[in-house]
Amino acid sequence: MSRWRFWKRRPSAPIPESHIDLGILVFASTSEVIRAEKLLRDAGWTIKVMGPPPEIQSGCDLVIQFPLMNKLEVLRVLAANRLSPLQAVPRSGPLLKPVDLFQVKDFGRYLMVRAANMKLTVDKTTRKIVNVSGGGCPDVPYLAYKLVGRTLEDAPRPRDIGHTVCGYALQLALEEMERQCSE
Amino acid sequence: MLGVVGTIPEEEFPLVVGPVALGDVSLTVQGREVPLTRGTAALLAAAAVCLETLGQPPPLAFLAGDIGLGQGSRQLYEYLTLNLGPHQLKVLTFHYILPMVDWHNRVLWAIQEMAAPPLLIADAGYMYVAKMSGEAPAYDLFTPDAGEIAFLADEAAPHPFYTRGFILHQDNQVPDLIARAYAHENAARHLLVKGKRDYVATREGVAASIDEPQIEALEPMGGTGDTLTGIAAALIAGGWDIVPAAVLAARVNRVAGALAKPTPATGVQDLVQQIPAALAQLLS
Repeated sequence: MSRWRFWKRRPSAPIPESHIDLGILVFASTSEVIRAEKLLRDAGWTIKVMGPPPEIQSGCDLVIQFPLMNKLEVLRVLAANRLSPLQAVPRSGPLLKPVDLFQVKDFGRYLMVRAANMKLTVDKTTRKIVNVSGGGCPDVPYLAYKLVGRTLEDAPRPRDIGHTVCGYALQLALEEMERQCSE
Repeated sequence: MLGVVGTIPEEEFPLVVGPVALGDVSLTVQGREVPLTRGTAALLAAAAVCLETLGQPPPLAFLAGDIGLGQGSRQLYEYLTLNLGPHQLKVLTFHYILPMVDWHNRVLWAIQEMAAPPLLIADAGYMYVAKMSGEAPAYDLFTPDAGEIAFLADEAAPHPFYTRGFILHQDNQVPDLIARAYAHENAARHLLVKGKRDYVATREGVAASIDEPQIEALEPMGGTGDTLTGIAAALIAGGWDIVPAAVLAARVNRVAGALAKPTPATGVQDLVQQIPAALAQLLS
Protein backbone atom coordinates (compact mmCIF):
# COMPACT_ATOMS: atom_id res chain seq x y z
CA MET A 1 0.00 0.00 0.00
CA SER A 2 1.32 3.42 -0.89
CA ARG A 3 2.46 5.65 1.94
CA TRP A 4 0.71 8.56 0.26
CA ARG A 5 -2.60 7.52 1.79
CA PHE A 6 -1.11 8.36 5.15
CA TRP A 7 1.03 11.31 4.13
CA LYS A 8 -0.78 13.57 1.80
CA ARG A 9 0.25 17.17 1.66
CA ARG A 10 -1.56 19.97 -0.05
CA PRO A 11 0.15 23.20 -0.97
CA SER A 12 -1.32 25.80 1.35
CA ALA A 13 0.74 28.74 0.12
CA PRO A 14 2.03 29.97 -3.23
CA ILE A 15 4.95 27.94 -4.52
CA PRO A 16 8.11 29.50 -3.04
CA GLU A 17 10.80 30.73 -5.40
CA SER A 18 13.71 28.33 -5.52
CA HIS A 19 17.28 29.39 -6.22
CA ILE A 20 19.07 26.09 -6.49
CA ASP A 21 18.56 25.67 -10.23
CA LEU A 22 19.74 29.24 -10.88
CA GLY A 23 23.17 30.65 -11.64
CA ILE A 24 24.69 34.10 -11.67
CA LEU A 25 26.80 35.78 -14.33
CA VAL A 26 29.47 38.17 -13.07
CA PHE A 27 30.78 40.86 -15.43
CA ALA A 28 33.63 43.34 -15.24
CA SER A 29 31.47 46.40 -15.81
CA THR A 30 27.88 47.59 -15.56
CA SER A 31 27.80 48.34 -19.26
CA GLU A 32 28.49 44.67 -19.96
CA VAL A 33 25.65 43.70 -17.62
CA ILE A 34 23.28 45.98 -19.53
CA ARG A 35 24.35 44.55 -22.87
CA ALA A 36 24.09 40.98 -21.61
CA GLU A 37 20.66 41.60 -20.12
CA LYS A 38 19.31 42.85 -23.45
CA LEU A 39 20.90 40.01 -25.42
CA LEU A 40 19.56 37.30 -23.13
CA ARG A 41 16.07 38.81 -22.87
CA ASP A 42 15.93 39.16 -26.66
CA ALA A 43 16.94 35.48 -26.92
CA GLY A 44 13.96 34.56 -24.75
CA TRP A 45 15.69 33.64 -21.49
CA THR A 46 14.11 34.41 -18.13
CA ILE A 47 16.79 36.37 -16.30
CA LYS A 48 17.03 38.93 -13.51
CA VAL A 49 19.54 41.69 -12.77
CA MET A 50 20.40 41.86 -9.08
CA GLY A 51 23.13 42.70 -6.59
CA PRO A 52 25.97 40.20 -6.19
CA PRO A 53 26.00 37.75 -3.26
CA PRO A 54 28.68 38.46 -0.61
CA GLU A 55 30.83 35.51 -1.77
CA ILE A 56 31.49 37.24 -5.09
CA GLN A 57 34.60 39.37 -4.70
CA SER A 58 35.12 40.39 -8.31
CA GLY A 59 33.21 42.24 -11.00
CA CYS A 60 30.83 45.20 -10.83
CA ASP A 61 27.90 45.88 -8.53
CA LEU A 62 25.36 43.99 -10.61
CA VAL A 63 25.04 40.34 -11.64
CA ILE A 64 22.58 38.51 -13.86
CA GLN A 65 20.61 35.54 -12.57
CA PHE A 66 20.04 32.84 -15.20
CA PRO A 67 18.81 29.20 -15.44
CA LEU A 68 21.92 27.29 -14.39
CA MET A 69 21.00 24.07 -16.19
CA ASN A 70 21.27 25.94 -19.51
CA LYS A 71 24.68 27.40 -18.74
CA LEU A 72 26.23 26.25 -22.02
CA GLU A 73 23.49 27.81 -24.16
CA VAL A 74 23.52 31.10 -22.22
CA LEU A 75 27.31 31.41 -22.49
CA ARG A 76 27.09 30.70 -26.22
CA VAL A 77 24.56 33.52 -26.76
CA LEU A 78 26.92 35.90 -24.97
CA ALA A 79 30.03 34.65 -26.77
CA ALA A 80 28.35 35.10 -30.14
CA ASN A 81 28.08 38.77 -29.22
CA ARG A 82 31.63 39.03 -27.85
CA LEU A 83 30.58 39.10 -24.23
CA SER A 84 32.39 36.93 -21.75
CA PRO A 85 31.44 36.95 -18.06
CA LEU A 86 34.16 36.82 -15.44
CA GLN A 87 32.28 34.01 -13.74
CA ALA A 88 29.18 31.85 -14.29
CA VAL A 89 28.49 30.13 -10.97
CA PRO A 90 25.61 28.51 -9.04
CA ARG A 91 23.56 31.09 -7.13
CA SER A 92 23.16 28.68 -4.21
CA GLY A 93 26.93 28.22 -3.94
CA PRO A 94 28.96 30.85 -5.79
CA LEU A 95 32.21 29.31 -4.60
CA LEU A 96 31.40 25.89 -6.08
CA LYS A 97 33.61 25.06 -9.02
CA PRO A 98 33.10 22.72 -11.97
CA VAL A 99 34.67 19.29 -11.57
CA ASP A 100 38.32 19.10 -12.44
CA LEU A 101 38.79 15.44 -11.59
CA PHE A 102 38.85 12.99 -14.45
CA GLN A 103 38.77 9.23 -14.28
CA VAL A 104 40.50 7.41 -17.10
CA LYS A 105 39.97 3.72 -17.75
CA ASP A 106 41.94 1.77 -20.34
CA PHE A 107 40.12 -1.17 -21.98
CA GLY A 108 43.06 -1.99 -24.28
CA ARG A 109 41.78 -0.95 -27.68
CA TYR A 110 39.33 1.48 -26.07
CA LEU A 111 39.86 4.37 -23.66
CA MET A 112 37.13 5.83 -21.44
CA VAL A 113 37.22 9.25 -19.72
CA ARG A 114 34.70 10.26 -17.07
CA ALA A 115 34.12 13.90 -16.10
CA ALA A 116 31.55 14.32 -13.32
CA ASN A 117 28.54 12.33 -14.56
CA MET A 118 29.61 12.04 -18.23
CA LYS A 119 31.62 9.26 -19.87
CA LEU A 120 33.19 9.28 -23.32
CA THR A 121 34.82 6.22 -24.93
CA VAL A 122 37.15 6.23 -27.93
CA ASP A 123 38.64 3.48 -30.10
CA LYS A 124 42.36 4.23 -29.81
CA THR A 125 43.17 2.64 -33.17
CA THR A 126 40.74 4.76 -35.20
CA ARG A 127 40.26 7.70 -32.77
CA LYS A 128 36.51 7.21 -33.28
CA ILE A 129 34.09 7.99 -30.46
CA VAL A 130 32.30 4.67 -29.88
CA ASN A 131 30.12 5.49 -26.87
CA VAL A 132 28.80 8.33 -24.73
CA SER A 133 27.12 7.46 -21.46
CA GLY A 134 25.99 8.95 -18.17
CA GLY A 135 24.42 12.37 -17.75
CA GLY A 136 20.85 13.36 -17.08
CA CYS A 137 19.98 16.45 -19.09
CA PRO A 138 18.04 16.06 -22.35
CA ASP A 139 20.92 17.12 -24.57
CA VAL A 140 22.94 14.03 -23.56
CA PRO A 141 21.13 11.58 -25.90
CA TYR A 142 21.27 14.30 -28.56
CA LEU A 143 25.01 14.82 -28.11
CA ALA A 144 25.58 11.05 -28.12
CA TYR A 145 23.73 10.82 -31.43
CA LYS A 146 25.89 13.60 -32.89
CA LEU A 147 29.26 12.38 -31.55
CA VAL A 148 29.22 8.58 -31.70
CA GLY A 149 30.84 7.27 -34.87
CA ARG A 150 32.86 10.45 -35.48
CA THR A 151 36.59 10.81 -34.94
CA LEU A 152 37.96 13.13 -32.27
CA GLU A 153 38.97 15.51 -35.05
CA ASP A 154 35.62 15.48 -36.88
CA ALA A 155 33.20 15.35 -33.95
CA PRO A 156 31.22 18.49 -33.20
CA ARG A 157 32.17 20.13 -29.91
CA PRO A 158 29.61 19.72 -27.11
CA ARG A 159 30.22 23.38 -26.23
CA ASP A 160 28.98 24.30 -29.74
CA ILE A 161 25.87 22.11 -29.95
CA GLY A 162 25.08 21.23 -26.32
CA HIS A 163 22.92 23.37 -24.07
CA THR A 164 23.26 22.24 -20.47
CA VAL A 165 25.75 21.61 -17.70
CA CYS A 166 25.83 17.93 -18.70
CA GLY A 167 26.91 19.13 -22.15
CA TYR A 168 29.57 21.22 -20.46
CA ALA A 169 30.82 18.14 -18.58
CA LEU A 170 30.96 16.17 -21.84
CA GLN A 171 33.05 18.98 -23.37
CA LEU A 172 35.52 18.60 -20.50
CA ALA A 173 35.59 14.82 -21.00
CA LEU A 174 36.28 15.34 -24.71
CA GLU A 175 39.13 17.78 -23.99
CA GLU A 176 40.64 15.35 -21.50
CA MET A 177 40.30 12.53 -24.05
CA GLU A 178 42.12 14.63 -26.65
CA ARG A 179 44.86 15.27 -24.12
CA GLN A 180 45.12 11.56 -23.27
CA CYS A 181 45.21 10.54 -26.93
CA SER A 182 47.92 13.05 -27.77
CA GLU A 183 50.32 11.71 -25.15
CA MET B 1 0.49 -0.04 -14.98
CA LEU B 2 3.96 1.45 -15.39
CA GLY B 3 4.22 5.04 -16.60
CA VAL B 4 7.49 6.42 -17.97
CA VAL B 5 8.15 10.14 -18.47
CA GLY B 6 11.10 11.32 -20.55
CA THR B 7 12.37 13.15 -23.58
CA ILE B 8 13.41 12.16 -27.09
CA PRO B 9 16.43 13.96 -28.63
CA GLU B 10 14.53 15.43 -31.59
CA GLU B 11 13.50 19.08 -31.58
CA GLU B 12 10.30 18.52 -33.58
CA PHE B 13 9.08 15.44 -31.68
CA PRO B 14 5.60 16.32 -30.29
CA LEU B 15 4.16 15.55 -26.87
CA VAL B 16 2.77 12.01 -27.07
CA VAL B 17 1.10 9.88 -24.41
CA GLY B 18 0.29 6.24 -25.04
CA PRO B 19 1.26 2.59 -24.66
CA VAL B 20 4.56 1.46 -26.14
CA ALA B 21 4.64 -0.88 -29.15
CA LEU B 22 8.07 -2.44 -29.37
CA GLY B 23 9.83 -3.42 -32.61
CA ASP B 24 13.28 -4.89 -33.22
CA VAL B 25 15.14 -1.60 -33.59
CA SER B 26 12.55 0.98 -32.59
CA LEU B 27 9.49 1.60 -30.46
CA THR B 28 6.28 3.38 -31.38
CA VAL B 29 4.04 5.60 -29.27
CA GLN B 30 0.93 7.18 -30.77
CA GLY B 31 2.24 6.50 -34.26
CA ARG B 32 5.62 8.16 -33.60
CA GLU B 33 8.63 5.91 -34.07
CA VAL B 34 11.69 6.25 -31.82
CA PRO B 35 14.99 4.40 -32.46
CA LEU B 36 16.26 2.17 -29.66
CA THR B 37 19.56 3.82 -28.93
CA ARG B 38 19.94 5.20 -25.43
CA GLY B 39 18.15 7.46 -23.00
CA THR B 40 14.43 7.16 -22.37
CA ALA B 41 13.94 4.96 -25.45
CA ALA B 42 16.33 2.38 -23.98
CA LEU B 43 14.58 2.54 -20.60
CA LEU B 44 11.18 2.05 -22.25
CA ALA B 45 12.42 -0.83 -24.40
CA ALA B 46 13.92 -2.65 -21.41
CA ALA B 47 10.73 -2.12 -19.40
CA ALA B 48 8.55 -3.25 -22.30
CA VAL B 49 10.39 -6.54 -22.89
CA CYS B 50 10.38 -7.26 -19.15
CA LEU B 51 6.67 -6.59 -18.82
CA GLU B 52 5.95 -8.75 -21.85
CA THR B 53 7.94 -11.59 -20.30
CA LEU B 54 5.97 -11.16 -17.07
CA GLY B 55 2.64 -11.15 -18.96
CA GLN B 56 1.94 -7.54 -18.00
CA PRO B 57 0.63 -4.66 -20.16
CA PRO B 58 3.23 -2.46 -21.90
CA PRO B 59 4.40 0.76 -20.26
CA LEU B 60 2.50 3.98 -20.80
CA ALA B 61 4.95 6.53 -22.23
CA PHE B 62 4.81 10.28 -21.72
CA LEU B 63 7.31 11.67 -24.26
CA ALA B 64 8.28 15.00 -25.79
CA GLY B 65 11.15 16.18 -27.97
CA ASP B 66 13.99 18.04 -26.24
CA ILE B 67 17.61 18.54 -27.26
CA GLY B 68 18.50 20.40 -24.07
CA LEU B 69 16.76 23.73 -24.47
CA GLY B 70 13.91 22.64 -22.22
CA GLN B 71 10.84 23.08 -24.45
CA GLY B 72 9.86 19.41 -24.41
CA SER B 73 10.60 19.16 -20.70
CA ARG B 74 8.29 22.11 -20.02
CA GLN B 75 5.55 20.45 -22.10
CA LEU B 76 5.84 17.32 -19.99
CA TYR B 77 5.88 19.20 -16.68
CA GLU B 78 2.76 21.12 -17.71
CA TYR B 79 0.96 18.04 -19.04
CA LEU B 80 1.61 16.09 -15.85
CA THR B 81 0.54 18.97 -13.64
CA LEU B 82 -2.81 19.24 -15.43
CA ASN B 83 -3.57 15.70 -16.58
CA LEU B 84 -2.18 13.07 -14.22
CA GLY B 85 -5.40 12.63 -12.27
CA PRO B 86 -7.28 10.17 -14.51
CA HIS B 87 -4.29 7.89 -15.11
CA GLN B 88 -4.25 4.58 -13.22
CA LEU B 89 -0.56 4.04 -12.53
CA LYS B 90 1.10 1.67 -10.10
CA VAL B 91 4.59 3.03 -10.79
CA LEU B 92 5.67 6.31 -12.39
CA THR B 93 9.27 6.58 -13.60
CA PHE B 94 10.88 9.91 -14.49
CA HIS B 95 13.96 10.10 -16.69
CA TYR B 96 15.75 12.54 -19.05
CA ILE B 97 14.04 15.84 -18.25
CA LEU B 98 15.65 19.25 -17.84
CA PRO B 99 15.79 20.00 -14.09
CA MET B 100 13.40 22.85 -13.18
CA VAL B 101 12.66 22.99 -9.47
CA ASP B 102 9.42 24.98 -9.52
CA TRP B 103 7.90 22.75 -12.20
CA HIS B 104 9.07 19.65 -10.35
CA ASN B 105 7.25 20.80 -7.23
CA ARG B 106 4.04 21.41 -9.17
CA VAL B 107 4.19 17.87 -10.59
CA LEU B 108 4.86 16.36 -7.17
CA TRP B 109 1.85 18.15 -5.74
CA ALA B 110 -0.29 16.92 -8.65
CA ILE B 111 0.83 13.36 -7.84
CA GLN B 112 -0.05 13.83 -4.18
CA GLU B 113 -3.54 14.88 -5.27
CA MET B 114 -4.13 11.62 -7.17
CA ALA B 115 -6.68 9.21 -5.71
CA ALA B 116 -4.08 6.42 -5.70
CA PRO B 117 -0.62 7.95 -6.08
CA PRO B 118 1.89 5.66 -7.81
CA LEU B 119 5.27 4.58 -6.51
CA LEU B 120 7.82 7.07 -7.79
CA ILE B 121 11.15 6.24 -9.46
CA ALA B 122 13.58 8.91 -10.65
CA ASP B 123 16.73 8.62 -12.74
CA ALA B 124 18.87 11.06 -14.76
CA GLY B 125 17.75 14.72 -14.82
CA TYR B 126 14.60 14.11 -12.83
CA MET B 127 16.64 12.55 -10.03
CA TYR B 128 18.77 15.69 -10.04
CA VAL B 129 15.75 17.96 -9.71
CA ALA B 130 14.15 15.74 -7.06
CA LYS B 131 17.31 16.17 -4.96
CA MET B 132 17.63 19.88 -5.77
CA SER B 133 14.05 20.50 -4.64
CA GLY B 134 14.67 18.94 -1.23
CA GLU B 135 11.92 16.37 -1.93
CA ALA B 136 14.09 13.29 -2.47
CA PRO B 137 12.47 11.36 0.42
CA ALA B 138 9.12 11.61 -1.40
CA TYR B 139 10.49 9.18 -4.00
CA ASP B 140 10.57 5.41 -3.68
CA LEU B 141 13.65 4.65 -5.78
CA PHE B 142 16.60 6.58 -7.23
CA THR B 143 18.99 4.81 -9.62
CA PRO B 144 22.25 6.82 -9.60
CA ASP B 145 25.58 5.75 -11.08
CA ALA B 146 28.95 6.31 -9.39
CA GLY B 147 29.18 9.99 -10.32
CA GLU B 148 25.56 10.62 -9.39
CA ILE B 149 25.73 9.02 -5.93
CA ALA B 150 28.57 11.44 -5.19
CA PHE B 151 26.26 14.27 -6.28
CA LEU B 152 23.47 12.99 -4.02
CA ALA B 153 25.99 12.78 -1.18
CA ASP B 154 27.10 16.39 -1.70
CA GLU B 155 24.48 18.51 0.02
CA ALA B 156 25.83 21.68 -1.62
CA ALA B 157 25.98 20.58 -5.27
CA PRO B 158 23.13 21.80 -7.51
CA HIS B 159 24.20 19.40 -10.30
CA PRO B 160 26.77 16.56 -10.64
CA PHE B 161 28.98 19.04 -12.53
CA TYR B 162 29.55 20.90 -9.24
CA THR B 163 30.17 17.92 -6.96
CA ARG B 164 33.01 18.86 -4.65
CA GLY B 165 36.34 17.10 -5.16
CA PHE B 166 36.65 15.71 -1.66
CA ILE B 167 33.39 13.82 -2.18
CA LEU B 168 34.21 12.67 -5.70
CA HIS B 169 37.40 11.18 -4.27
CA GLN B 170 35.26 8.73 -2.28
CA ASP B 171 34.25 7.02 -5.50
CA ASN B 172 35.35 3.63 -4.26
CA GLN B 173 33.43 3.94 -1.00
CA VAL B 174 29.86 3.86 -2.25
CA PRO B 175 28.36 2.78 1.11
CA ASP B 176 29.81 5.95 2.71
CA LEU B 177 28.31 8.09 -0.04
CA ILE B 178 24.95 6.35 0.41
CA ALA B 179 25.03 7.08 4.15
CA ARG B 180 25.93 10.72 3.52
CA ALA B 181 23.09 11.10 0.99
CA TYR B 182 20.59 9.78 3.55
CA ALA B 183 22.08 11.91 6.35
CA HIS B 184 21.30 15.05 4.33
CA GLU B 185 17.86 13.80 3.19
CA ASN B 186 19.04 13.68 -0.42
CA ALA B 187 18.11 10.07 -1.19
CA ALA B 188 14.90 8.28 -2.11
CA ARG B 189 13.48 5.58 0.18
CA HIS B 190 15.53 3.09 -1.82
CA LEU B 191 18.69 3.46 -3.86
CA LEU B 192 19.95 1.24 -6.65
CA VAL B 193 23.51 2.45 -7.26
CA LYS B 194 24.84 1.26 -10.62
CA GLY B 195 28.53 0.52 -11.02
CA LYS B 196 31.23 -2.11 -11.11
CA ARG B 197 29.41 -3.41 -8.06
CA ASP B 198 25.72 -2.50 -7.85
CA TYR B 199 24.31 -1.58 -4.43
CA VAL B 200 20.72 -1.74 -3.23
CA ALA B 201 20.25 0.41 -0.13
CA THR B 202 17.75 1.99 2.19
CA ARG B 203 18.11 4.50 5.03
CA GLU B 204 19.15 1.55 7.22
CA GLY B 205 22.16 0.79 5.01
CA VAL B 206 23.19 -1.46 2.15
CA ALA B 207 20.65 -4.27 1.73
CA ALA B 208 22.47 -6.10 -1.07
CA SER B 209 25.32 -5.79 -3.50
CA ILE B 210 25.63 -7.47 -6.89
CA ASP B 211 28.87 -7.89 -8.82
CA GLU B 212 28.36 -11.02 -10.92
CA PRO B 213 28.65 -11.55 -13.76
CA GLN B 214 31.33 -8.87 -14.11
CA ILE B 215 31.23 -7.42 -17.63
CA GLU B 216 33.77 -4.61 -17.90
CA ALA B 217 32.51 -3.44 -21.28
CA LEU B 218 29.11 -2.46 -19.85
CA GLU B 219 30.53 0.63 -18.11
CA PRO B 220 31.29 2.68 -21.21
CA MET B 221 28.21 1.44 -23.09
CA GLY B 222 25.65 4.23 -23.29
CA GLY B 223 22.19 3.20 -22.07
CA THR B 224 23.06 0.35 -19.69
CA GLY B 225 22.00 2.46 -16.73
CA ASP B 226 18.77 3.27 -18.55
CA THR B 227 18.02 -0.42 -19.15
CA LEU B 228 18.69 -1.22 -15.49
CA THR B 229 16.22 1.44 -14.36
CA GLY B 230 13.68 0.17 -16.90
CA ILE B 231 13.98 -3.43 -15.70
CA ALA B 232 13.63 -2.41 -12.04
CA ALA B 233 10.58 -0.26 -12.84
CA ALA B 234 8.96 -3.11 -14.77
CA LEU B 235 9.52 -5.62 -11.96
CA ILE B 236 8.07 -3.23 -9.37
CA ALA B 237 5.08 -2.56 -11.62
CA GLY B 238 4.77 -6.35 -11.97
CA GLY B 239 4.25 -6.68 -8.23
CA TRP B 240 7.73 -7.18 -6.82
CA ASP B 241 8.78 -5.37 -3.67
CA ILE B 242 11.39 -2.70 -4.32
CA VAL B 243 14.48 -4.33 -2.76
CA PRO B 244 14.11 -7.75 -4.44
CA ALA B 245 13.10 -6.03 -7.67
CA ALA B 246 16.25 -3.89 -7.62
CA VAL B 247 18.45 -6.90 -6.87
CA LEU B 248 16.89 -8.99 -9.64
CA ALA B 249 17.07 -6.04 -12.06
CA ALA B 250 20.80 -5.66 -11.42
CA ARG B 251 21.32 -9.37 -12.08
CA VAL B 252 19.16 -9.39 -15.22
CA ASN B 253 21.04 -6.39 -16.65
CA ARG B 254 24.39 -8.07 -16.02
CA VAL B 255 23.32 -11.45 -17.44
CA ALA B 256 21.77 -9.75 -20.48
CA GLY B 257 25.03 -7.88 -20.89
CA ALA B 258 26.99 -11.12 -20.73
CA LEU B 259 24.71 -12.78 -23.27
CA ALA B 260 25.24 -9.81 -25.63
CA LYS B 261 29.04 -10.38 -25.55
CA PRO B 262 29.72 -6.66 -25.74
CA THR B 263 32.79 -4.57 -26.46
CA PRO B 264 33.01 -0.93 -25.30
CA ALA B 265 31.68 -0.05 -28.78
CA THR B 266 28.50 -2.15 -28.55
CA GLY B 267 25.12 -0.42 -28.67
CA VAL B 268 22.53 -0.95 -25.93
CA GLN B 269 19.96 -2.48 -28.31
CA ASP B 270 22.08 -5.66 -28.27
CA LEU B 271 21.60 -5.86 -24.50
CA VAL B 272 17.84 -5.16 -24.72
CA GLN B 273 17.41 -8.16 -27.06
CA GLN B 274 18.90 -10.43 -24.38
CA ILE B 275 16.72 -9.25 -21.49
CA PRO B 276 13.92 -11.85 -21.95
CA ALA B 277 16.46 -14.69 -21.96
CA ALA B 278 18.26 -13.25 -18.94
CA LEU B 279 15.01 -12.76 -17.02
CA ALA B 280 13.79 -16.26 -17.87
CA GLN B 281 17.14 -17.74 -16.82
CA LEU B 282 17.14 -15.98 -13.45
CA LEU B 283 13.45 -16.58 -12.71
CA SER B 284 13.89 -20.30 -13.38
